[in-house]
Amino acid sequence: MVEELKNLQQLKNFLASMGGYVEESLKQATQALIDRNPNNHENVEKIEQKINECHLQVDQTCMNLLAKLSPFASDLRLILACYKMNNDLERMGDHARNISRGTSQYLSKKEIPHEKDFLQLINETRSMVKDSLDSFVNKDIEKAKEVLLRDDIVDELKNTLTIQMKELMKKDPDYVESALDFILFARNLERIGDLATNIAEEVIFITSGDDVRHGGFLK
Amino acid sequence: MEKSEELLSVRNLNAWFDNFHAVKNINLSVQKNDILALIGPSGCGKSTFIRCINRLHEEVPKARVSGEVLIQGENIYDRGTDPVKVRRQVGMVFQKPNPFPGLTIFENVAIGLKLSGIKRKSILSEIVEKSLKQAAIWEEVKDKLNQPGTSLSGGQQQRLCIARALAVNPPILLMDEPTSALDPISTARIEDLLQELKKHVTIVIVTHNMQQASRVSSKTAFFLMGDLVEFGDTSLIFTKPKVTKTEEYITGRFG
Repeated sequence: MVEELKNLQQLKNFLASMGGYVEESLKQATQALIDRNPNNHENVEKIEQKINECHLQVDQTCMNLLAKLSPFASDLRLILACYKMNNDLERMGDHARNISRGTSQYLSKKEIPHEKDFLQLINETRSMVKDSLDSFVNKDIEKAKEVLLRDDIVDELKNTLTIQMKELMKKDPDYVESALDFILFARNLERIGDLATNIAEEVIFITSGDDVRHGGFLK
Repeated sequence: MEKSEELLSVRNLNAWFDNFHAVKNINLSVQKNDILALIGPSGCGKSTFIRCINRLHEEVPKARVSGEVLIQGENIYDRGTDPVKVRRQVGMVFQKPNPFPGLTIFENVAIGLKLSGIKRKSILSEIVEKSLKQAAIWEEVKDKLNQPGTSLSGGQQQRLCIARALAVNPPILLMDEPTSALDPISTARIEDLLQELKKHVTIVIVTHNMQQASRVSSKTAFFLMGDLVEFGDTSLIFTKPKVTKTEEYITGRFG
């Protein structure tokens, strides 16, 4: 039993480390875009490998714990939630890498002036990821709830940016390729925001046992 | 509608062994056809509690009981109630299979009926066959009913004891760790059997196996040092218990 309890702590540690890598990957990918610096891509690829290793490690730990511990109550909720958060984090890593790869291509195209809304979208998404992970580490249900409320802000920013890019393309066809890249960046960021809300929902489930998915939080 | 019928109701139940207060002011109800699992660390009062439901507790020297146990609305502790009659109404299966030594398989099942005054062989045969079928052991013993009950394997002996308890058609069946002495295959058979039996009888089972409690029961009661700490739907107790002590016990933090 003592061994299994250690493994539960280890599972939390693995997931927290994986979250750290995802944050770093997103930071490097978005900073490269802001700074027009293509050199970050290699770092993002290296971090992605670490994220993938963690993904396998967390899956294996969850499987071992389910088999050996036959968990109940908060232990069961933690393992189920970690199993799902593991996939969410892995996909966040993929989206960060998509941004990084897109940036490498975008930098050879006509530059789009940094829109205020785009910077805000990046900051808001990064902040949601950080806060969702902090809420997991600190079992902070209030912070998790705040993350859920901020998802609409990210969605709105992404929609605004998409409209701006469409108008830019209409006004000046030379911007078509780079504006399409920006729409994809925005879509990747919006997806990362969605996945951060998934993590916040899981934190609420672990801590309180309440399932707030699919609008349950608003009820 | 039948599902919501209250079959067993325990009110302000206390039990003592001399000066030791083993069961403290328990109140709970069990609906007809439910399976109630009693969980808790050793010495918490689970077994004493179920032995109050068939008036076995009072057989222990210096043991006493206060409060009410209502079965189908009748208090089994009412003055003038015959404890032997109560025990006929409330079947019991113990931790260790205990077929009567020296009796055949048939006689083991029929003995309760005979003590109730049923003598006709045809009626006895009919009920013995029905009970052995209900206990899911008929196919294994139908050709050796005259062999000693003790010649069967442990798992078979336990199912024989269940058949013996069912033969007198009790509305309640008490089971005190009925699979703790059995291998996993025999345990699985008994657990499957419980799901069939609950169609006819309400079951109260004591178990130290949390997985078993979560698998077989619809309601769970957690006892600790004679107190009923938490009682509710099994699905909630094992995923989202309300009381910290319950959480700590079922997740193995103590006990």
